[in-house]
Amino acid sequence: MRSETEGYVRKTLIPPAPPPRRLGGPLAWMRTNLFATWTDGLVTVLILAALAWLVPLALRFLVLDAVWTGTSGEACRPEVAGRPVGACWAFIGGKINYLAYGSYPAAERWRPNLFFALLAFGAAWMLWLGAPKRAWGAAYLFGVFPLLAYALLAGMPSVGLASVATGLWGGLLVTVVVSMVGIVASLPLGILLALGRRSDWPVVRYACIGFIEFWRGVPLITVLFMANVMLPLFLPGDVTVDRLVRPLVGIALFAAAYMAEVVRGGLQAIPAGQMQAALALGLTRTQALRAVVLPQALKIVVPGIVNTLIGLFKDTTLVSIVGIADFIRVLEAARADPRWSAPAVPATAYAFAALFYFAICFSMARYAGFIERRLAAGEAR
Amino acid sequence: MRNPRIAPSWRALAVQTLLVLALATLAYLAAANAAQKLARQGIVAGFGFLERAAGFDIGQSLIPYAAATATYLDAFCVGLLNTLLVSGLAIVLSTVLGFALGIARRSGNLLARSFAAAYVEGFRNLPLLLQLLVWYVAVRVALPSSGDPAAWGGAYLSQRGLFLPRPDFFGLAALVPVAFAAGLFAMGLLIRASHRAVALGKKPVPVLWPGALLVLGPPALAWAGLALAGHPVPVAWPARGPYDVEGGLPVRPEFAALLIGLSTYSAAFIAELVRSGLDSVGRGQREAAAALSLSRGQALRLVVLPQAMRVIVPPLTSQYLNTTKNSSLAVLIGYPDLVHVFMGTVLNQTNQAVEVVALTMCVYLSLSLATALVMNRYNARAAGTRR
Repeated sequence: MRSETEGYVRKTLIPPAPPPRRLGGPLAWMRTNLFATWTDGLVTVLILAALAWLVPLALRFLVLDAVWTGTSGEACRPEVAGRPVGACWAFIGGKINYLAYGSYPAAERWRPNLFFALLAFGAAWMLWLGAPKRAWGAAYLFGVFPLLAYALLAGMPSVGLASVATGLWGGLLVTVVVSMVGIVASLPLGILLALGRRSDWPVVRYACIGFIEFWRGVPLITVLFMANVMLPLFLPGDVTVDRLVRPLVGIALFAAAYMAEVVRGGLQAIPAGQMQAALALGLTRTQALRAVVLPQALKIVVPGIVNTLIGLFKDTTLVSIVGIADFIRVLEAARADPRWSAPAVPATAYAFAALFYFAICFSMARYAGFIERRLAAGEAR
Repeated sequence: MRNPRIAPSWRALAVQTLLVLALATLAYLAAANAAQKLARQGIVAGFGFLERAAGFDIGQSLIPYAAATATYLDAFCVGLLNTLLVSGLAIVLSTVLGFALGIARRSGNLLARSFAAAYVEGFRNLPLLLQLLVWYVAVRVALPSSGDPAAWGGAYLSQRGLFLPRPDFFGLAALVPVAFAAGLFAMGLLIRASHRAVALGKKPVPVLWPGALLVLGPPALAWAGLALAGHPVPVAWPARGPYDVEGGLPVRPEFAALLIGLSTYSAAFIAELVRSGLDSVGRGQREAAAALSLSRGQALRLVVLPQAMRVIVPPLTSQYLNTTKNSSLAVLIGYPDLVHVFMGTVLNQTNQAVEVVALTMCVYLSLSLATALVMNRYNARAAGTRR
């Protein structure tokens, strides 16, 4: 035994170390946290140098040198402004309606606004854990809201809402619609697929495995291309599919496969005894699933579901590649407007998009972390 | 939940038969509709189109490719190789960066910890597509224009790309890569010898410096020796042409933007995997290592990381797969990867939608399947050695 560890064992005593010089105070804190060793000190200095270069640069670009008002790209040209020019926020201000609604008719913009409000209401109902009647919230978000949203956005001449072609939708509106369809379709479909993957019936099981693994194995962009060229091929006769609906179908199926794997993780974490106990109480398998197993499984996978939704939200940007006017594509179009041509405009556009996506994704990630900690605290009791 | 003692009931049989029938009907209807529409457009089904002349040029190719003589099959191979090239390099770079960041998140240095955390949150929470646009559009305009490239020691950098000197290892010059390979092999032997020494309870053989010497020494010697012997390795230097820099080894901006974007994005995810792997190793392991008077670095390298790897490797492979799939965003900035060349240009030219989509998806599916098989074997092995 001794010979096995000999290589690491000291043969002589270490000389006694001097007593520690300082244990408290800012200097001691800096020694332990910033300059513990030579390499640590080097890393600290390097990072401080990088910060000293980056922070003023970002601050100057985003705030100090930024142009806040103006009606065209002229205002953001250094030779016109007579000073170094940072971000051209006037460009965002001038294009904000286009970025939010695309080419949606100006007189009808109250409809997307109402749609956003209805969505925010439903989302708050679901996300606030202490909200009353959350089951009704789910029914609203997954049943009533999609129908309402469709009637509102696409129009319903019978009740006096003029129809608006999907080709006119754009910007934030399309990004939110694509994400919403992905979420609303993928959750129920994903749960069904996850249950099917654990089914006793081989045909159902293998059909679900094949479906899930197929969509998880291919990149989303190929799915979108496929939806674009193959969907019209597969449908009978002269049935045409709306250009916006094609990528929606692709995204919904793609997201469902990922959602199924998250839900399966939750189902696997529920002990078999729960199902057996429910069956022993005389519940049928369906009742047991609905009343005992699924509620527990879904509760523990909420962080996973939110993380999948973050991925889905980021992935919606890919629809811009197949010609859908989502936020990114509208931003690119706005950037190319000759009236707003100025050297700082592209960087401004990307900075704005980055802030927009970061704000949403980061807060969703924070929410997932909050739920995770709550669940962990519940487990610890 | 599965219970083998329950005999298959009539209900199970009926539902499954119905499901098979429904799926078969759907497949048949889709196929019939597609066949009818394709026939109306005058498209011949099958993979015969792969033999036809492609007639379009591709910006970057690892194999000889000429628009005049190449077939669609050649275009497919070029796209596939470009996909593998950019994802392979991105995997290597993102692993190095990701491990550094993941370890930094658990370092004793407060600034390193915060910096790594900020990096991970920033890069993970922005769409890759937006990041690629930033690298390709916003960063590129900051580079010198193609008429006035920046030059360092024979290399040029402009908005048209980075142009490096290219040594040509043909004929006698092939000695250099051979010497490099021999050095790598020798380093492998050294690592094995060191592991064996530790297993036998002896002091480990030093690896880092002798290893670096073994890998870099022989090719340098071969290079110098060839130059002294009068057969210097020929180097193609880039030179300023009338409009642009020409010759040498061009690194196109599309490739560079995709590589940088993919690597920095994936690194954020790998950093999270590494961090959770490090967290999975009990505190006691670090403390025991410190008690054995190992330094922090030694404890990390010899005690903590080897145990963390068991947790890190399975999700790491699926992250590698994600990197490969994400490389298909190349189509956004015009890097000629498989999706861009085949699902884009070839599909538009031939209209063979079914075949093109099927072939492209098959490539990605077989990559996934191969990874899954390797992973299952690794998991089986790791489960066997778990203590």
